[in-house]
Amino acid sequence: MKMKELLLTPIFKKNPIALQVLGICSALAVTVQTKNALVMGLAVSLVTGISSMMVSIIRNHVPGSIRIIVQMTVIASMVIVAEQFMKAYIFDVWKTMAVYVGLIITNCIVMGRTEAFAMKNSPWPSFLDGIGQGLGYTALLVTVAIVRELIGSGKFFGIEVLKTVNNGGWYQTNGLMLLPPSAFFLIAFIIWIIRTIDKSQVEKE
Amino acid sequence: MDSVGKTVGVAAALCIVCSILVSTAAVKLKPIQTKNAELDMKKNILSAAGLYKDDNSIEEVYSAKVVEKVIELESGSLTQIDPKTFDLRKAEQHPEKSIKIKNDIAQLGRRAKQSNVYLIKGEQGFDGVILPIKSQGLWAVMYGFLALEKDGVTVKGFQYYSQAETPGLGAEVDNPKWKAQWVGKKVFNLDFKPEITLVKTVIDPKSEMAKHQIDALSGATITTNGVQNSLRYWLSEDGYGKFLTSYRQGVQL
Repeated sequence: MKMKELLLTPIFKKNPIALQVLGICSALAVTVQTKNALVMGLAVSLVTGISSMMVSIIRNHVPGSIRIIVQMTVIASMVIVAEQFMKAYIFDVWKTMAVYVGLIITNCIVMGRTEAFAMKNSPWPSFLDGIGQGLGYTALLVTVAIVRELIGSGKFFGIEVLKTVNNGGWYQTNGLMLLPPSAFFLIAFIIWIIRTIDKSQVEKE
Repeated sequence: MDSVGKTVGVAAALCIVCSILVSTAAVKLKPIQTKNAELDMKKNILSAAGLYKDDNSIEEVYSAKVVEKVIELESGSLTQIDPKTFDLRKAEQHPEKSIKIKNDIAQLGRRAKQSNVYLIKGEQGFDGVILPIKSQGLWAVMYGFLALEKDGVTVKGFQYYSQAETPGLGAEVDNPKWKAQWVGKKVFNLDFKPEITLVKTVIDPKSEMAKHQIDALSGATITTNGVQNSLRYWLSEDGYGKFLTSYRQGVQL
């Protein structure tokens, strides 16, 4: 597979959330603010990329009976290291999403990719695949977050664009958008739109 | 099938490599992280009192303006404990350094016997005091700082630095407009009993009570109750009440 293909197909054609329906839980949790969604997406991309690469390096030595545990250990270590770096260098961002960083470990995308791709491919393509899947996740997360933040709190990347009633403006914020279920509705809408454009993604009866 | 020996060997090797990686990162980055956390706390303390300017001047303003003390809540007196060695969060969980709260309106369970207070240096004596407070919100415990003026009654500033309330509803405690209305309010009545209410109706500025009233957060009843109860609890005799009494009288400060 080509490098470009590995990086770009997960964004629209094979989006991990829209097509594979992986990593939904965190998509609900961190999409209230666009900034958090973006940082979360980048963190997941890096962790997926590096974990896939590491798993791929040791793939020929991993005994089949413990391969899932091996992947999990690599992923968990990567997430802890990533969190330590965030705490040291981007403290403010880390503060706003402290709990969710640790939860990257449980993100199905990361393990899904190490198991499905990295165990069968060499390190460099595995790394690109991980980054690509992460970018696909980021793209969808940010799309959902932009809608939720705008309708839910009248803001775009933390900057007020619709003056809300709370601040003496006219815009009555929609509380539903701030609660997790709204992300479900939005993701469903996005899946609908993507599958209308790209019929090949529709499952056969 | 791989042999048992190889399986165990790979698992052991992986564990060692991963633990070295994780512990190296944790140990090497610890000093920077601790510094970040300290700086962040100083920033929170300064902004509660309205002294925060920008990130570069935090250390400078803090050392010029703030005096850290540890107090005994029971008696309200200052202790000789070095604030640098006192860890409020640890003390709260320590079975001997904390007590069970009797009238637990803030839903905290236990509180430390001692607490940090931050005195603001004025031209003569002290210009105010900053008190750490906390209470249960809707989702998690909310941590904040209440800054009082020299008289120990008027609010200099109030804000949360750690909360996990619903964005747009309870998390509006961080809205600058909401925080701004605290400034100048009186948290005690004339008998020095805690008197602060978050009201859901429009505050009548002419009323006697207006100076004890704050606009409630719409759509966030439990957060609102949490805020109100945290102040009522921490300003009561069981909280900082005794300390504030001696603070007002200027005892040994």
